Amino acid sequence: MSVDTATVRHIARLARIAVSDAEVEALAPELNNILGWVEQLQEVDVSGVEPMTAVIPNHLRLREDKVTDGGIREAVLANAPVAEHGFFAVPKVIE
Amino acid sequence: MSDLTQLGVAAIRDGVRDGAFSAREIAEAFIAQVEKGRALNAFVIETPEHALAAADAADAARAAGALKPLSGVPLGIKDLFATKGYQTTAGSHMLEGFKPVYESTVSGNLFAAGAGMLGKLNMDEFAMGSSNETSFFGNVLSPWRRNDGGNAALTPGGSSGGSASAVAARLAPGVTGTDTGGSIRQPAAFTGISGIKPTYGRCSRFGMVAFASSLDQAGPMAHDVRDCAIMLEAMAGFDPKDSTSLDLPVPNWEANLSSDIRGKRIGIPREYRIDGVPAEIDQVWEQGIAWMRDAGAEIVEVSLPHTRYALPTYYIIAPAEASSNLARYDGVRYGQRVAPENGNLTDMYEATRAAGFGAEVKRRIMIGTYVLSAGFYDAYFNQAQKVRALIARDFEQAFDKVDLLLTPTAPSAAFGLGEKTADPIAMYLNDVFAGPASLAGLPAMAVPAGLDSQGLPLGLQLIGRALDEQGVLNAALAFEERAGFTARPEAWW
Amino acid sequence: MSNYRIQGATGEWEVVIGLEVHAQVTSAAKLFSGASTEFGAEPNSQVSLVDAAMPGMLPVLNQECVRQAVRTGMALEAQINPWSRFDRKNYFYADLPQGYQISQLYHPIVGEGEIEILLDEKDESSAKKVGIERIHLEQDAGKLMHDQHPSFSYVDLNRSGVALMEIVSKPDMRSPEEAGAYIRKLRSILRYVGSCDGNMEQGSMRADVNVSVRKPGAPFGTRTETKNVNSVRFIMAAIEYEASRQVDVLESGGTVVQETRLFDPDKVETRSLRSKEEAHDYRYFPDPDLLPVELTDAFLEECRASLPELPDAKRRRYETVLGLPAYNASVLTAEVDTARWFEELLGHLGEAHAVRASNWVISDLFGALNRLGRSLADSPVTAKQAAELLALIADGTLSGTLAKQVFELMLETGQDPGVIVEERGLKQTSDTGAIEKVIADVLAANQDKVSEYRGGKDKLFGFFVGQTMKAMAGKGNPAVVNELLKKALG
Repeated sequence: MSVDTATVRHIARLARIAVSDAEVEALAPELNNILGWVEQLQEVDVSGVEPMTAVIPNHLRLREDKVTDGGIREAVLANAPVAEHGFFAVPKVIE
Repeated sequence: MSDLTQLGVAAIRDGVRDGAFSAREIAEAFIAQVEKGRALNAFVIETPEHALAAADAADAARAAGALKPLSGVPLGIKDLFATKGYQTTAGSHMLEGFKPVYESTVSGNLFAAGAGMLGKLNMDEFAMGSSNETSFFGNVLSPWRRNDGGNAALTPGGSSGGSASAVAARLAPGVTGTDTGGSIRQPAAFTGISGIKPTYGRCSRFGMVAFASSLDQAGPMAHDVRDCAIMLEAMAGFDPKDSTSLDLPVPNWEANLSSDIRGKRIGIPREYRIDGVPAEIDQVWEQGIAWMRDAGAEIVEVSLPHTRYALPTYYIIAPAEASSNLARYDGVRYGQRVAPENGNLTDMYEATRAAGFGAEVKRRIMIGTYVLSAGFYDAYFNQAQKVRALIARDFEQAFDKVDLLLTPTAPSAAFGLGEKTADPIAMYLNDVFAGPASLAGLPAMAVPAGLDSQGLPLGLQLIGRALDEQGVLNAALAFEERAGFTARPEAWW
Repeated sequence: MSNYRIQGATGEWEVVIGLEVHAQVTSAAKLFSGASTEFGAEPNSQVSLVDAAMPGMLPVLNQECVRQAVRTGMALEAQINPWSRFDRKNYFYADLPQGYQISQLYHPIVGEGEIEILLDEKDESSAKKVGIERIHLEQDAGKLMHDQHPSFSYVDLNRSGVALMEIVSKPDMRSPEEAGAYIRKLRSILRYVGSCDGNMEQGSMRADVNVSVRKPGAPFGTRTETKNVNSVRFIMAAIEYEASRQVDVLESGGTVVQETRLFDPDKVETRSLRSKEEAHDYRYFPDPDLLPVELTDAFLEECRASLPELPDAKRRRYETVLGLPAYNASVLTAEVDTARWFEELLGHLGEAHAVRASNWVISDLFGALNRLGRSLADSPVTAKQAAELLALIADGTLSGTLAKQVFELMLETGQDPGVIVEERGLKQTSDTGAIEKVIADVLAANQDKVSEYRGGKDKLFGFFVGQTMKAMAGKGNPAVVNELLKKALG
């Protein structure tokens, strides 16, 4: 398959990255190139193979239901570009 | 002592213990060296106060008879590890100015073991790169130069480029690196130092800025095998804050170091002999095989049939995970924000991420987004996870027959800055030998083997069974003893 | 079975409904972090660095949330999947710090199950089974506030990362009433199990409502999804509106667009959210920060053993063992709090009195609470006091009339009925001597009526009873009064 500029724009939109027309033009062949290269995986016979779920055999541990965190609003907001009255602030969302 | 900065981790630790010098002397010597080495651009920030405080604490601990495993050892910390109160950028403009209120488990473990921090090491942005040319904070230079008399700037490799350069130039005796698809091993090979990526899950990923969660592993880079063993022992350990952390005790890797590998079976994967690799790589590999044989190991040819699919697999899985892991950089809670006037939330996201991420990161986010997008999941991501299972199975089957694998680390010596930036795939191929072990989560170590005809270091890689870091370290030690690699770059900086 | 039909210009239409209920899991801490889930805290005060998605933060799964989902699944007689997994659902929004929600798409923790609903509480034959498609665990998002600042929305992450169960029904419901009954029954079961408090006003239970219409017998039509409806009444109203809207669209030659809609409770209508975004593409994939969830037999056994008696079983037991009428059993078991109260009462009173007690609770107690605008939870009369009152009736200390008086006083004062009876002398008298004396006085004062009665005007008997009781301030034992009056009037 081939990635056209419309697809590049769509993907960039999904990824929330603004792209200029020039970037789109440049990205389309680049992505095509890379995707064309990874395409070779299609030739691998994977019948009966389960997708990998854990790199090294390991079991998920479950945490006890205890409140051990929170109450650190200052720390949570410390690096915020804009924070007011204990909230993070973002451009107004019209719902 | 004339030049304390020539000492490695073990020598510093032992010297501080024995009173040959104080930890403060050591710290001061390295701090001066870091300053002198600024032309290498290995550090994003320098943190002399941290190193000095740890040194003073080490000296006090010695007086009190309470030395810790790394007391008096100043280290460099890759800027992928969150360090409390110290800017942590992951090499990205996106996180410029970000000061975590928390400490990564790995850096915390090192500090708890008595180590100090000389500074945060430059790296490829979000660890995406093989030449340290994607860092927002500028290229890192390798201290090495070709012996052709030219002064061409060479890459230290990546993504742990600052780490590699700092150790090779003796700005730090040891450093942390991280390895997602070769980011410890390839730079170690390029700069003539040692570096080990342990088994996935040995080192906690808590507080380490995520690139590709199922692949990211921290590890040490240092002068030699012993130093790596010492550091890894301090870095590793079960962490309940990381669900993929292995709940196993940390072995005494240093105490159990032994270069006696007689009777070990070392596999040579035939698929690692690939076209287009310089003859010198093959030659150093043959040399390595001879050394292993000399050490009493049995050499066995093995097959890892899916090797050629490892990189394409990697370049689906890693970008896919990255596209999701990097979604949190949205300009809301930390890091850069670019909010166009009268723009809405989406405009802010798009502008912030366009300005905050560099070209390679964007490229990988785009690829990752694409391979996960509707209609492509099975063809790309799921297929890649299946091939990944096959790659892991290849290793398992090989390890039925052998104890270790010996392979080249990288397909070339260090290249010049700018030589491969135009062609992403050519750049990606740097990890052709390192990638498979990452996909299988296996411990793998790069050790310097010799110099090529241009006078640049070449390394070989030892890959072990899951959890067998000891086997890897021991074979690497046997290798190191025979290689007798002592070449050092001339200090031009 | 429902006969609900929408009468369109082209004939009758059937509505097909499926509900996706988001139920907040009852747990102290969040699904993947140690921050508290408490409702109503200061903004961003219950946020860990994990919830704020700081770089390098990692999720660690809360065992209790897994346990609650499994117990809920068991209560719905659903398939429990001993192997499940978390996936990332990727999208950008200001209330979603990670840029993805950790959820379960491919391998949910609970598979198919079912809920039995009763459309008529008095009629077992009105029972209908609604299929459960799956239950999965996922993270809640934070909250945005739009009215605090002219150009900013404010983000509060207190809810970010709180555990939700998404309980997905099959498209088995055919009327707003069935959907209402389903949601009430589901809420009842969740409360019995203790896995969700079911408080819809606080948002701890809300539903996405899938609605389509078709001509009876035709294949399913295109559905719309109305998001985040947060009361039973609104769910029913949304269905009603949406179904007739779709019929209108179809009958005027249009097609129903598969889309997300929003319910406006003020205007009682749904409207399209199409404006919001281009089509979503959530790019689900397994969360590489987590391993598969593997449930051991011991864990499953513990979950099963910890399940209480559930509403259906309890209702049947009330009917068959306690002998309650179907309606009483149904009313008393609908909510776990009611059943608990009733059973505490029976614990004091004895199960032999269950039928009388159930009648009293449903008519007297509920009537009074209703009048006072109170619920059982803040009833001025405790179950123990109620048992005492009913015991005083049973042993003849109180007549029905006296009992009503005493009950009123209990509601007013919160005092024990024994104390009220004692202090106010409201004990019923069965003392024949005393009653005979009063009767003699009443007859003497009403000679004319006595003659009329004896002349055949039987209806006057009630008059004499009334006069006697009045003279005794209501304390005469009615049976004794009746008997002695009959004798005196000969």
